[in-house]
Amino acid sequence: MAHKRVVIPIGPFHPLIEEPEYFALSCEGETVVDVEWQAGCMHRGIEKVSESLHWDQVTFAVERICGICSTSHPIAYCNAVEDLLGIEPPVRARYIRSIICELERLHSHLLWVGLAGHFLGYNTVFMWAWKYREPILDAFELVTGNRQHYAMMKVGGVRRDIDDEDTLRLKKILGEAQGKIEMLTAAVLDDPVLAARLKGVGVLTPEDIKNYGAVGPTARASGVDIDVRRDSPYAAYPLVEWDVITASAGDVFDKAVVRLLECRESIRIIEQCLDAIRGQKGEIDAKVREIPPGEGIGHHEAPRGEVFHYVRSDGTNRPVRHKIRAPSFVNIPTFRASCIGQTVSDVAIILAAVDPCYCCTERIQVYNRKTGTKEFGFDDLLRLSREKTQRIAREMGT
Amino acid sequence: MTVAEQLKEALGNRVMRLETPNPKRVYLTVSPEDLVEAVRFVWQVLDARYVIVSGVDTGSQIELLYHFSIDRKDTFVSLRVFLDRNRPEIVSLSSLIPATEWIEREIWELLGVTFTGHPNLTHLLLADDWPEGNYPLRKKTDGA
Amino acid sequence: MGLREKALKKSLWVYHVGASPCNNCDIEILDCLTPRYDIERFGMVLVGSPRHADVLLVTGIVNRKCVLRVKTVYEQTPKPCVVVAVGSCPCSGVLFRDSYNMAGPLDRIIPVDIYIPGCPPKPEAIIAGIASLLEKMR
Repeated sequence: MAHKRVVIPIGPFHPLIEEPEYFALSCEGETVVDVEWQAGCMHRGIEKVSESLHWDQVTFAVERICGICSTSHPIAYCNAVEDLLGIEPPVRARYIRSIICELERLHSHLLWVGLAGHFLGYNTVFMWAWKYREPILDAFELVTGNRQHYAMMKVGGVRRDIDDEDTLRLKKILGEAQGKIEMLTAAVLDDPVLAARLKGVGVLTPEDIKNYGAVGPTARASGVDIDVRRDSPYAAYPLVEWDVITASAGDVFDKAVVRLLECRESIRIIEQCLDAIRGQKGEIDAKVREIPPGEGIGHHEAPRGEVFHYVRSDGTNRPVRHKIRAPSFVNIPTFRASCIGQTVSDVAIILAAVDPCYCCTERIQVYNRKTGTKEFGFDDLLRLSREKTQRIAREMGT
Repeated sequence: MTVAEQLKEALGNRVMRLETPNPKRVYLTVSPEDLVEAVRFVWQVLDARYVIVSGVDTGSQIELLYHFSIDRKDTFVSLRVFLDRNRPEIVSLSSLIPATEWIEREIWELLGVTFTGHPNLTHLLLADDWPEGNYPLRKKTDGA
Repeated sequence: MGLREKALKKSLWVYHVGASPCNNCDIEILDCLTPRYDIERFGMVLVGSPRHADVLLVTGIVNRKCVLRVKTVYEQTPKPCVVVAVGSCPCSGVLFRDSYNMAGPLDRIIPVDIYIPGCPPKPEAIIAGIASLLEKMR
């Protein structure tokens, strides 16, 4: 399939800051030999904040853990409290939950495709992916009132209904998005330069996945067949037809394939849910009034993988403890397995392949192990990555 | 056999307490000394997926929960251990399960638990100059 | 060339600092570059170093680990410069204001010239805030 590949230099958005570094990679020559991950640039103490909020307020707080996976934390939290309570939300609420969650998967995967394109030097891919993402955000604004941070989940159900007219509007938006996503998918899968660039790069074996507890597309690309939506059915996932997408090579290329093909499944799920609620009436809220003492675990398949929440109640109106584990916490450390032995020019895309929090990607520094001097900052890594793409393109005569 | 029954059979009287609030949730209390053996059984023999470790200050003790998921059975197994609040210490799992390296650092800095044998017990989330002895997730108790 | 002249004659160079954000505001800022919003038509360019910046766009609450970095970036930015707090987090800290790791809001750390609240502010709001800045300068 013919497509344009034009490298448009857009001034780097991942600015080089001299300190502190968040990923310190040691290299010998061009080869990465060690990785040290230092987190903390995002730590805002949300688990502690939860302890001072009412159970209903917590959904608003946890939305703001990560803007991209905005609804994933609220639904996992709601699943945890509902596990404690031993209840399920009403059926209509379950369909609406899946609609919102799958719309989020679409926007997140498209965002990722754009960023990956940017890291590789395919800036038209960045522009296209983010342009086709905009209608998804319009869909969110139509149904929830906000492009991000949708405030849709509540313990026992959802906060807003979707009326019949809006189900038709959403269906139209999805229909248009589908064609664009198919085009992007084909562009990526058919591109020989991308295949040469990404196949065999940043491989994670099933053993790596087990050792790091990795989840989501990162795990499924290595053939590890896990997906919370199928393994621990919740919301509308057991009520509609869809497939879990896996691949087998565990490299960056397969991680991209899994995400792109998941977009197709998301559209399938949303359309079935919209059809299920159209023309029907039903409760959207189980009207929970009290949380008795106890503990609960809830999880959800966010775009990046499993989000896990644990809550403990002593019968009062606030959580005693709220433990939150985002998928990036287990996926980012896989960097140690996927980066060591690889060349510096692949570091940027290997990290991007596990789709970490955007902010975490800004902070990579590469040190010469022998001399201890800093050799590369993130700008350099982007530049090396794009140069490698161009080199491959030249060698292939494209 | 259910997961709970498998645990009872394998671990015998190492099981201090077994709670199943519903069929998909198993909370198993073991002594800190028996933690490694319990983890080996759950993670290796039952081939569960490591999820995370959570800690809570109960006021009188520090309680750790090691969460594992047996995905194909839609069951969580959470191993519970209680530590002395004045000197909370337990063996590090990082040589067995590499993923635990990071959460042990987090629990060390937020709750003050020492994980013996950990290769790099340094700050993960908090700034390096965070005041020593200040553990943000500890509950405020009178005179503490 | 002074800041005002630059605003009149050339593009303003904008540097983005993420100081413990949730990423939503950062994504909306990046969205401003995409075809639908296309902030470059206002004559704004994102740059890779504070040493070239005229405008600092800051997102996030500024947690304790970030304070030094934010101050350093501000010091490295040639004066005069304009500091824009994008999102409700740097404006007030919102629900994080009592968190143990909160060191903001932003104007406790560096002087702030423009506040664009929102969670997140839509790209239209970000552009409106920056356009009003350009108006003021012109």
